[in-house]
Amino acid sequence: MSPLLEIRGVSKSFGAVSAVQEVSFSLVAGEAHALVGENGAGKSTIVKMLAGVHRPDTGTLLVDGREVTFTNPADAKAAGIAVIYQEPTLFPDLSVAENIAMGNQPLTRLRQIDRKTMNANAVRLFARLGVHIDPARPARGLSIADQQLVEIAKALSSHARVLIMDEPTAALSGVEVDRLFAVTRALRDEGAAIMFISHRFEEITALCQRVTIMRDGKHVCTEPVSDLGVDDMIRRMVGRDLSALYPKQEATIGETVLEVQGLSRAGVFRDISFQVRAGEIVALAGLVGAGRSEVMQAVFGVDKYDSGTVTFLGRKLKPGNPRASMTAGMGLVPEDRRQQGLVMELSIERNVTLPRSRALAKLGLLFGGTERREAAGWTKQLQTKFGRLTDPVATLSGGNQQKVVLAKWLATGPKLLIVDEPTRGIDVGTKAEVHRLLSSLAARGLAVVMVSSELPEVLGMADRIVVLREGHVTAQLTRAEATEESVMYAAMGAS
Amino acid sequence: MFRGRLASWDAIILALTVVVLVVASLGVPNFGTSRNFTFLVLDLMPIALVALPMTLIIVTGEIDLSVASILGLASSLMGWFWNNGLSIETIIPLVVVIGAVLGAVNGLLVNALGLPSLAVTIGTLALYRGLAFVVLGDGAVADFPFTYTGWVTGTIGGGPVPNVLILIVALAVIFGIVLHATPFGRSLYAIGANDKAAHFSGIRVARSKFWLYVASGAIAALVGILWTLRYSSARADNGSGLELAVVAAVLLGGVSIFGGKGNLPGVLAGVVLLAALQNALRLQDVSGQALNIVTGALLVLSVLLPNLASSLRTALQRRKRRQAVTS
Amino acid sequence: MATVASPPHARQNPLAKTRELGIVIALAALVAYTTVSQPRFLSAQSIRDILLNTAILAVMAAGQAVVVITRNIDLSVGSVLGVSAFTVASMMSADPGLPMVVALVTGLVVGAVAGLLNGVLVRYGRVPALVVTLGTMYIFRGLIYSWAGGGQVNADELPTHFLQFANDSILGVPWLVLIALVVVGGVALLMRNYRLGRELYAMGSSPSAAELAGIKVARNLLTAFIVSGALAGLAGVLFASRFGTIDASAGNGYELNVVAAVVVGGVAVSGGSGTVWGAGLGALLLTVIGSALTVLDINQFWQQAIVGALIVLAICADRIVAVRIARSLRKRDSHV
Repeated sequence: MSPLLEIRGVSKSFGAVSAVQEVSFSLVAGEAHALVGENGAGKSTIVKMLAGVHRPDTGTLLVDGREVTFTNPADAKAAGIAVIYQEPTLFPDLSVAENIAMGNQPLTRLRQIDRKTMNANAVRLFARLGVHIDPARPARGLSIADQQLVEIAKALSSHARVLIMDEPTAALSGVEVDRLFAVTRALRDEGAAIMFISHRFEEITALCQRVTIMRDGKHVCTEPVSDLGVDDMIRRMVGRDLSALYPKQEATIGETVLEVQGLSRAGVFRDISFQVRAGEIVALAGLVGAGRSEVMQAVFGVDKYDSGTVTFLGRKLKPGNPRASMTAGMGLVPEDRRQQGLVMELSIERNVTLPRSRALAKLGLLFGGTERREAAGWTKQLQTKFGRLTDPVATLSGGNQQKVVLAKWLATGPKLLIVDEPTRGIDVGTKAEVHRLLSSLAARGLAVVMVSSELPEVLGMADRIVVLREGHVTAQLTRAEATEESVMYAAMGAS
Repeated sequence: MFRGRLASWDAIILALTVVVLVVASLGVPNFGTSRNFTFLVLDLMPIALVALPMTLIIVTGEIDLSVASILGLASSLMGWFWNNGLSIETIIPLVVVIGAVLGAVNGLLVNALGLPSLAVTIGTLALYRGLAFVVLGDGAVADFPFTYTGWVTGTIGGGPVPNVLILIVALAVIFGIVLHATPFGRSLYAIGANDKAAHFSGIRVARSKFWLYVASGAIAALVGILWTLRYSSARADNGSGLELAVVAAVLLGGVSIFGGKGNLPGVLAGVVLLAALQNALRLQDVSGQALNIVTGALLVLSVLLPNLASSLRTALQRRKRRQAVTS
Repeated sequence: MATVASPPHARQNPLAKTRELGIVIALAALVAYTTVSQPRFLSAQSIRDILLNTAILAVMAAGQAVVVITRNIDLSVGSVLGVSAFTVASMMSADPGLPMVVALVTGLVVGAVAGLLNGVLVRYGRVPALVVTLGTMYIFRGLIYSWAGGGQVNADELPTHFLQFANDSILGVPWLVLIALVVVGGVALLMRNYRLGRELYAMGSSPSAAELAGIKVARNLLTAFIVSGALAGLAGVLFASRFGTIDASAGNGYELNVVAAVVVGGVAVSGGSGTVWGAGLGALLLTVIGSALTVLDINQFWQQAIVGALIVLAICADRIVAVRIARSLRKRDSHV
């Protein structure tokens, strides 16, 4: 069968960072094709090139065997490619129906938008997905799962021949995933080509015929799913033995450092209680949207909470005051490095010393040298690779950026370090380095709370696992009790 | 510290300022005289002073369009207080404090309520100017004592250096140190470039910005007093339209309207450049209004040129990469 | 996890509805109060004056609303009005035989060219709209000054049919008012019911999502700036016809009035929400306040202060309503 969509020898770099190198594979009509790889393997870059967001530096894209150049997303759309992005891309001020129909709204004879038909179409699409969302309500305020469902409806509405889905199930419940798969299978059987990106292997085996594996921006292999076991896939994704990735050191567990009691925030999380002791790594596991990051952000004080208490080193923390938490000895390496962790335009040294600039000032004044020495020490200790300390932090690779964030918080001398998705989007080598660092910090008596969506990371690193589902704690497991099944069971409820 | 594309614009503005000063001194009769220097300094004083807090505000990614109206209201109040028998010694601190309060109102609306500063300060622009007219109507108060009016227009020991230059230099140094050598200044850049990351780093975003508006109000009121004394005339419409000239000077000096980038020396160079051009053209009998074209064009070019340069660079890089692969 | 169907009152954009209703109520209350204390406020002459004064502002506000909805701003409109007014006045005084239509079209074209320049600089120069239009505000104003110098076009140099246009009516509706109604209505329809309009809302609501959705962002943005420029140009012709005497300062400072009308009318400066009708109502409200103060014999100087307070109040109200809506939506969706 001739491929509907083919990419041939495609490469793409951003500045000095090479995201995708010489990747080739093809999507065939009537087939669901999985694209797997670790975070940072280059999957999202591939998606963005197919969507017309990025243009490949070299290599070609072919649709129906003809070479095409997508200069913008409209070109890709016109070629029959629909994309469901990992992060929803809705227009908050427009109605749900308008979001779905944007670009091909049904028109009346006077070329006006036919709202009635538009809303009816939306209702029909939602019925196909088995959900009820009011088509006339604005998209602002939809839950993450509902936003994702609107995205899926949007992709369905465009009658695309190629449907690309970048982790569409991350925020969905079991029932919704089943519905989505039923619809996807129907599309596939009608002759569409599907590209499916997921971290859940059971979904890949359930839906896909072939799988392409990527590692560090390179194509590893493309094989029928039935020929590869899950273990095979993981081995090829990671490219090394798993145990080396999670160098867990033994640590003596000390006194309780953090005690969270009955923490609640309306609509986000409810009645969260757990403890963290010195030398312990506690993992917060759960699906995207379960409220893990929100809980830790409330603990640190960047978000507010409605009720409950946070006791840190025996003292109650003032809610909503990150500076107080910081001075008390808490650090937060946030989930979104680019938006929350770093000021991308500022230099490496300014980023490293940002929370500490007050402590570094003499008579209220800061001199360049003090900050530089401080930053030089920490970046060296974490083996950060960079040109000059005065370079904008945006010029670094993802892994090195993450080291800058870690340096920034380690410089404050914390007693508790909260790390939210500490290895998202960084290469395998740096990943192991980050794990080794966290492990040795814990061994030296630091308390660590780690939010992670990667099950192997959770199982490999944590002394204790707190599992959240839809905003409440569904399980607290010790290292011995925790297995992939027990964590997933608690995270997904009955499935 | 300020490398990359902005450094080049800073350098261009500084160089351009020097060139204009040199060319004008050599080519324009009377430009280089000490008398003209005094006028030049007096002319650039309002924009230079108001631009100081404005720079800090724009570095945080916000804006304050109400400054000229605070200036006008300060002038009106000064006239009204004077008419009501208050002494100048009382009026000056009182008006500066009122200016700070007016700024605090902006600061609260923007930071406590989280309203967009552009809209808020367009509102208070109208509100404060309106209040200025309510206070003083369209009349003028002119009988201020010479001790004060004379000081503002006078020079140090009768030489070429105007008294107000001391004030400008002192305030510029203070604001420069605050922006470039204190933890507070560091936090302003972080807030402007990414307020979320700043919040996550324990920086009190809203509180920092609030104080900038207070400073902006106080300085604008101070300039209102100086303006009144310079022309010996308190009027409600004093400084009308100055807000856009100040914003233009700040942006011309290389400060990004999106925040996070820029420095005070660049802004001061921008202020001097505009004032020197205006002064030289006036001496040449060119209409000052025609200078608008130069101001506007420089403003647009200050952002356009660095953008075009960076586009060109990436295009060249991409071509190089393609050639490297194909060869 | 799916949401229940929302109650009927949440349909459409709740904020926009509340907002326009608010302005209408404020207008009605103001008119009622003023009329009770001074019945001549509702005389035919007074109404006519208010509408004529609103017309020019409303035409510009319609254009500005389009730009602001895309999360941009056009500060050059006052200068564009000046350029257009001066161009058309000079043209009409040089060739008094030209029909009114030529004058209107010339104004539109002059404004459209200025708007195109703004749009090109914003989109292709990647210069923020605030900077571009602040710059072109100065440039266009400077151009008029260097062209006109201290001179002006006086009413006696202009052909009578040109001046008469501002006073003429058709079926009792003055031409100026009719033009304003057609402009506001037309632009409102475009923004509400046509793809282009909805795409402009989408661009303002989330610029990055608009790019991903394959919306022709460049073309739409240029259109928005051209509309704003052209309408400012049209306003220039109306201005010249109504006032007769045109010097280089025509329209100076109008940009802030126009932005004020748009903001009071409920168009958020952060883009994506508000309506053109709202902007038109904002223009009407600002004008009525001015007239009411005169009629009520309140110190004229209060007018500007009240307008300012109104702008601040309007954005505070928007904020409060938006927060309440967000909270109620969150509650409704919450499963926790």
